[in-house]
Amino acid sequence: MISAHGLRKSFGDFEAVRGIDVTVRPGVAFGFLGPNGAGKSSTMRMICCVSPPSEGELRVFGMDPAKDGPKIKARLGVCPQEDTLDVELNVYDNLFVYGRYFGLPRAEVKGRIEELLDFVQLTDKAKAKVDDLSGGMKRRLTIARSLINRPEILVLDEPTTGLDPQARHVIWDRLFRLKQAGVTLLLTTHYMDEAEQLCDELVVMDQGRIVAHGTPLGLIQEHSTREVAELRFGVGEHEALAAKVDDLAERIEVLPDRLLLYSDDGEAVIEAVHSRGLAPVATLVRRASLEDVFLHLTGRTLVD
Amino acid sequence: MALFNAALGATVARPLRGGEAARMLLWRNILVYRRAWLVFITGFLEPVFYLFSIGIGVGAMVVGFEYAGKPVDYREFVAPGMIAASAMNGSLLDATFNFFFKLKYNKLYDQMLATPLRTADIAVGEILWNQLRSGIYVTAFLLIMVAMDLVHSWWAILVVPAALLIGSAFGAVGMALTTYMSSWQDFEKVTLAMMPMFLFSATFFPITAYPEWLRWVVEVTPLYRGVVLCRELTLGVPSWGSLISVVYLLAFGAVGLVVVRRRLDSLLLT
Repeated sequence: MISAHGLRKSFGDFEAVRGIDVTVRPGVAFGFLGPNGAGKSSTMRMICCVSPPSEGELRVFGMDPAKDGPKIKARLGVCPQEDTLDVELNVYDNLFVYGRYFGLPRAEVKGRIEELLDFVQLTDKAKAKVDDLSGGMKRRLTIARSLINRPEILVLDEPTTGLDPQARHVIWDRLFRLKQAGVTLLLTTHYMDEAEQLCDELVVMDQGRIVAHGTPLGLIQEHSTREVAELRFGVGEHEALAAKVDDLAERIEVLPDRLLLYSDDGEAVIEAVHSRGLAPVATLVRRASLEDVFLHLTGRTLVD
Repeated sequence: MALFNAALGATVARPLRGGEAARMLLWRNILVYRRAWLVFITGFLEPVFYLFSIGIGVGAMVVGFEYAGKPVDYREFVAPGMIAASAMNGSLLDATFNFFFKLKYNKLYDQMLATPLRTADIAVGEILWNQLRSGIYVTAFLLIMVAMDLVHSWWAILVVPAALLIGSAFGAVGMALTTYMSSWQDFEKVTLAMMPMFLFSATFFPITAYPEWLRWVVEVTPLYRGVVLCRELTLGVPSWGSLISVVYLLAFGAVGLVVVRRRLDSLLLT
């Protein structure tokens, strides 16, 4: 569906995307995970044909965005990072006008709107002004809008950034249903839980490059242990204490506020720490996540 | 997609043809103004009030007024000037303030570019909308003139197409300039350009009132060309000179269109 080779994007002296290779197969939920400024949005914009690549080859549905932008866009659904809803129109008209831009007949658009409003649970808000909607509702409306042309690929740039946990779960549920219905999803996120929940396959991006590629589980297995023991000591003590426990785990990461000890048996690590006479303020054993993968690959956390 | 009704998926989305795209953009603007008709009306009323106040009020004190060597009712002299001004208002309000809002705040064009629409479709569609609004203003204005018995020639009907020309010229150039603006403060410049054009483009007095050098300056302003064109039509005295105005306004609109499309490319397709 999408293939990129040596894809680059620069803005003046700044190189946002520094040569990436990506292949997205039909029906897959494909994620771009990375911190802000990693080049995810720039990549999405190139795929959505609103940003000409500086270098490299890009094909969407086998077509070249530079030549066949409108044809590609007819088959894409786009849910941008910033809601670009038309605040001068109400909810219903937002969908109606947008649907008409895709060359769909009136009756067909009307039918689809009914169905989509139901899908995103906004039927009773059809006549509401966009500005009166909550953040979660706006995002759901944007998703409904992006589906009006029955896209083969749905592109979502940070679909749940800025939403409260409940609103995020509603969005995830809808995206999950779309995925099950066979829509290819392409999403960027800096939330590891989002990537883990939704993505079949993902790439980790950092500073314009792809630093890892695989399934969420595969990446965790490859770059981390099964469990992580987190130890919290007093402020400023972590650096010094790291040396006293680093033989207890396969790998150790020192963060400003805690130590992360990577081991397949987290409980055993904590016990061993206590038996050395150390008394952390708080301890936690958890499954390793994509956050740990990212930390291992880049030495930095995802959300700072 | 099993989630949705298959029967409703029968038509496949496709890029619009140029004419269709423009129609969709017009429709979007009509939907907006259907709920904001007051805003639509105010732009129209200004020249109408001027016609009443200056044309009729002040006009009552003007005796023996002559235009092009012939005695003319002063009201009939001012009215076509107000026609041109209302055509300008009709297009320039949308082409500057509203266009800026859509471009920078409503992100309307970013939204449109996620669909098969192209920047050329947007530029053409918005200019057509400017023309349409000018056309509606001028048609209504013409009806007021007829009701006031200020029209005595069939040529006057041609002010409607003339309004479309004025609308496209001001719309295209207004949008082109707006793409260079960065904040609302910049719009003081628009007001600063509109006011003197409105007052001094031979709208309320003949251009012969100016010294020679100043006449040249006034004659190249787009509103002046619109004013003389409308005046020649409503007074029923079109000439070859009218054609110059037509060509001038056409050129203005065409250049503006090209600039707008290029600027939208460089602003939105980054």
